[in-house]
Amino acid sequence: MFIAATIAIIIAMVLALMRALLGPTIYDRVLAVNLFGTKALLLIAVMGFLTDRPEFLDIALVYALINFIATIAIMKFFRFAHLGHPHQGDNLGDL
Amino acid sequence: MFLDVLSWILILSGGVFGVISAIGVLRMPDIYTRMHAASIADTIALGLMCGGMMLQAGWTIVTIKLILILVFIFFASPTTTHALAKAAIAGGIKPILHEDRRKKVSDKTSNKGKGEKS
Repeated sequence: MFIAATIAIIIAMVLALMRALLGPTIYDRVLAVNLFGTKALLLIAVMGFLTDRPEFLDIALVYALINFIATIAIMKFFRFAHLGHPHQGDNLGDL
Repeated sequence: MFLDVLSWILILSGGVFGVISAIGVLRMPDIYTRMHAASIADTIALGLMCGGMMLQAGWTIVTIKLILILVFIFFASPTTTHALAKAAIAGGIKPILHEDRRKKVSDKTSNKGKGEKS
């Protein structure tokens, strides 16, 4: 059962990578990477169940956190061309 | 036995929805429609699979971790999609509207060149 789910997730990951490569704009690539991260999260959780190792779910949780932060940071950089200067007057420092 | 069958169905349907969302991201014409397809994976595919795994794990610490993952993704996914849409609009990407589709295909290709400026 978990093997079938793993195969389905890997197929979805390959399709997400194809969108990342084909994506004309930056935002398609960021979207594809975010989708790939969610699939990787699922893959880690399913592998944890497949190999009877419950610690994998901690890794999956941390991966979810990192994936979210990375996507937001990438988009902030593309939106403002910098990640926030500490002393600048403009309010571009925050998202 | 019943729990196994139920979790089996949940996990496989979660996998199917995952593949469907990946196909949607690949085939949709525009960044905004792709965003919609990608959010399918974040919500239903993740929810079904984590639900199936919860049934497998029963009342253990593993289920609590799965619930934590679900709650976090429940809050993180719309935030990511919102930030992506905001960045795409600020980046000057125009969504393909209905009236753009009514023109001839030749216009549409020229519109695609304009609409997909990176």
